[in-house]
Amino acid sequence: MITKRIIPCLDVRDGRVVKGVNFMGLRDVSSPVDLARYYSENGADELVFYDITASAEGRALFTDILREVASNIFIPLTVGGGINTVDDFARVLACGADKVSVNSGAIRNSALVGEAAKRYGDQCVVLSVDVKRAGGEFRVFAKGGREDTGMEAIGWIRRCVDAGAGEVVVNSMDTDGVKGGFDLELLAAVCDAVSVPVIASGGAGSAEDFVTLFNTLPGVDAGLAASIFHFGEVKIPELKQLLRANGIEMRV
Amino acid sequence: MIAIIDYGVGNLFSLDASFRSLGAETVVTGDAEVIRSAERIVLPGVGAFADAAAKLHATGLDAVVCAEAEAGKPLLGICLGMQMLFRRSHEYGTHEGLGLIPGEVCPIAPVIGAGLKVPHIGWNSLDFPAGKEKSPLFRYIDEGDYVYFVHSFAAMGCDDAVIATSTYGVPLTAAVARDNVFGTQFHPEKSGDVGLRILRAFCET
Repeated sequence: MITKRIIPCLDVRDGRVVKGVNFMGLRDVSSPVDLARYYSENGADELVFYDITASAEGRALFTDILREVASNIFIPLTVGGGINTVDDFARVLACGADKVSVNSGAIRNSALVGEAAKRYGDQCVVLSVDVKRAGGEFRVFAKGGREDTGMEAIGWIRRCVDAGAGEVVVNSMDTDGVKGGFDLELLAAVCDAVSVPVIASGGAGSAEDFVTLFNTLPGVDAGLAASIFHFGEVKIPELKQLLRANGIEMRV
Repeated sequence: MIAIIDYGVGNLFSLDASFRSLGAETVVTGDAEVIRSAERIVLPGVGAFADAAAKLHATGLDAVVCAEAEAGKPLLGICLGMQMLFRRSHEYGTHEGLGLIPGEVCPIAPVIGAGLKVPHIGWNSLDFPAGKEKSPLFRYIDEGDYVYFVHSFAAMGCDDAVIATSTYGVPLTAAVARDNVFGTQFHPEKSGDVGLRILRAFCET
């Protein structure tokens, strides 16, 4: 049976993981390689790296880091941040990424998803969307959630999937950081609209939130989170045991 | 030395790195002489069958791979590389494969049933066929172990060669073997420790 996936997300700036991470036994808490290995050995089904660097130097450092991670960790790696062109896809894929996540780049250039899917296959293109309720609808926000694009989100997601996005990461800005659970209403609307894997992001505050997510919405394929894993509030092996005890297929 | 065939399809970084992490010597190559002198061959592949088959044929490496495999050299096809081991694929038209293993590659959508997403993407568990001896490729893993899949097509009509299936609505061909020729539909280089143990077993075949 295919499993649901648990995906920790790491933000990298200038080659270091940001957000304080405090694990027992980890020598260097902001080393992407050490942290990726830690997660890989502790049940993560996949890893997502977001490059939040603004400078060219930082970007070069990021690809060095990526190459080192991909040389040592043999689970699927998704890379996002600063992906604006098909050449950006080529740059991170050559360093060992398996999938590339596009967000603002797809909004700026509506042909990007289609071009990348044609060259690298749908399975390689992950659409990441920041969604917030505005004006009585779900709205797409750009630039890390700072800018309201005015675009209705469900239609946008559907168009990108039609163009070739093979997976969708749905990040609810309304639930993100609140730790009150995933945005089930938004996720249900996305699951109804598309037939590619849907990855839920934003709002996980406890292991029970993942149980609720997968039990309520069987169409959701994966749960993604950052801080609750990084701060050890939820430990992935224990989370997966809990999910399995609740009848949800997990790789343990 | 393991020759990982580079014919311009897909990303060989992780595959090369995973073998190296096991201490294996590898060479990523499109050179027929290097492939002939290697002890083992790995045929990778991502993307569309027709495109990959055309590229392999254009480089003349299809004949090299077949000749080496028929001479007894261990060969491992991975994902699309595994599908290319078969006679034929029905991915957007009908295309000829290497014909090293009897069977055909067909879309999974009509067989898996409604409500399941295509591609089959994610971690799925391996089942070994009843009444068959465990393949040497799985020497270091157990039935029920999880491996990572990304595919929309699967090998069918190849029961004699099947050494593992995974259930996605129905049992799908997960791995095949015929003498010295092996194929995995899943990505061992992305399947964590289980995947590395499969690659290690291939290094010892």
